[in-house]
Amino acid sequence: MTSSAPSPEPQEAPKPNTAAVPALSIDGVSHSYGQRRALIDVSFNVQPASFTALLGLNGAGKSTLFSLITRLFGIQSGRVGIFGHDISKSPGEALRLLGVVFQPRTLDLDLSLTQNLLYHAALHGISRSEAAARSAELLGRIGLADRAGSKVRDLSGGQMRRLEIARALLHRPRLLLLDEPTVGLDVKARADIISQVRQLVTEQGIGVLWATHLFDEIMPSDDLVVLHQGKVLAQGPMNRVVTATGAQDVNTAFMRLTGAQTLPGGGA
Amino acid sequence: MSSITTRDAPRGFSAQQYLTCLTGIVWREGLRFLHQRERFVSALVRPLVWLFIFAAGFRQVLGISIIPPYETYILYEVYIAPGLMAMIQLFNGMQSSLSMVYDREMGNMRTLLVSPLPRGFLLFCKLLAGTAVSLLQVYAFLLIAWFWDITPPSSGYLTVLPALILSGLMLGSLGMLISSGIKQLENFAGVMNFVIFPMFFASSALYPLWRVQEGSPYLYYLCEANPFTHAVELIRFALYGQINWISLAVVAACTIVFMIGAILAYDPSRGLARRGPAGGEG
Repeated sequence: MTSSAPSPEPQEAPKPNTAAVPALSIDGVSHSYGQRRALIDVSFNVQPASFTALLGLNGAGKSTLFSLITRLFGIQSGRVGIFGHDISKSPGEALRLLGVVFQPRTLDLDLSLTQNLLYHAALHGISRSEAAARSAELLGRIGLADRAGSKVRDLSGGQMRRLEIARALLHRPRLLLLDEPTVGLDVKARADIISQVRQLVTEQGIGVLWATHLFDEIMPSDDLVVLHQGKVLAQGPMNRVVTATGAQDVNTAFMRLTGAQTLPGGGA
Repeated sequence: MSSITTRDAPRGFSAQQYLTCLTGIVWREGLRFLHQRERFVSALVRPLVWLFIFAAGFRQVLGISIIPPYETYILYEVYIAPGLMAMIQLFNGMQSSLSMVYDREMGNMRTLLVSPLPRGFLLFCKLLAGTAVSLLQVYAFLLIAWFWDITPPSSGYLTVLPALILSGLMLGSLGMLISSGIKQLENFAGVMNFVIFPMFFASSALYPLWRVQEGSPYLYYLCEANPFTHAVELIRFALYGQINWISLAVVAACTIVFMIGAILAYDPSRGLARRGPAGGEG
């Protein structure tokens, strides 16, 4: 069921217990909406403590893939595993290890920052006192402690995203999915969020799957999965994928792989 | 904040965690409701229009004999109050269930459904939260109605509560079942015409069924078979401290059937897939 492209290798020395089990394994996953095939035999892994960029244009199937990983849609064929837990067979065990930031904003705008976090904690069965402590700590870390009681509506776009990332970390997941989290943000806010997430990888060993269509968000040391029209065209460490296409940069590599004529917006 | 834990997280969830989840969902729904004043006002205006205008005009036309649970002659306003309470729940159930399946609440449903607790339980919590909101609306209506001389015994305000919870769950899960089952349900107007109005008018909400029977036996049977009739009667009797056992049985059975059906039929991909490429959010 694995595709022909080389599997990504672990970037860093893996933690003892997690060496054998990928944070996320996608194995031969296909999905159709009626006649339209959104994903075709997609396979790749995300290792713990690694940053994997899922690169694809709008409509490549990224959001469908995210909906499958988060159990929102039923799996039609193939298998999705989170630290070895099959999302179809034991969704509870899989989902408690998973944090997600969806592309559309999913905060309650009229509720306060803390209320949003407490709600999420409750969904994971975290007791009120524990949830309050974790919320305060996370708000401090993203620099919004003084805004804890404000309505989310009053935050900037970048602040909302940081809050969503904090929320996704509230139940201490070991795998974090982010679906185009920087869309619509200014340069400064984008940089803040990218560095915040990269810190999670290096400092806490969280495995990250970062869906994007913006080339400049990917670094040479990242793992890269190129998704185009529902198929994985290439995967592996970014510099190896780029070299394999004979290109100088990820931008050109992507164009050669997909045959795209024009660059997607915001590549600069 | 922890680094990677070296052991697997414990399996399964404790009863305490289920309860935390349930209260969290109801708490959030309550908070949101308090922020949506327009929704609250429109939910109140609808039954009040019926009470202040329709009932006032109609009371000369329709005489009500003494029927259980009433022990004296009653004004028409008093008769239709339980029907209007059920109507509040009917609208609320349809509205919140539709938004669960279709676009408006999709983002919120996503955050709900990535909870590791079983999906059926999450949907049940969501229905219960919707019911809790309908309770706030109903009690606000009862408060205003009290000034309009609709004064059930004070203990009735308490005894009606379990009836309202059950009927709220029934109507909420019915809404969810309908919205999952019908593909081309484009807007709320369609539900009004095909679900809410027929259910409301072919019931005992506005007229006692013995009067319906005089007019048309077939309509009478239809009304008797309408679960909404039994929701109304359950509420009507409970408001006067009595239990209508047949209605209780019907409402309880319908609640179970609708809820199981709704949970089985719930498919979040429906709301997203309709929006075209890349599952909606591209």
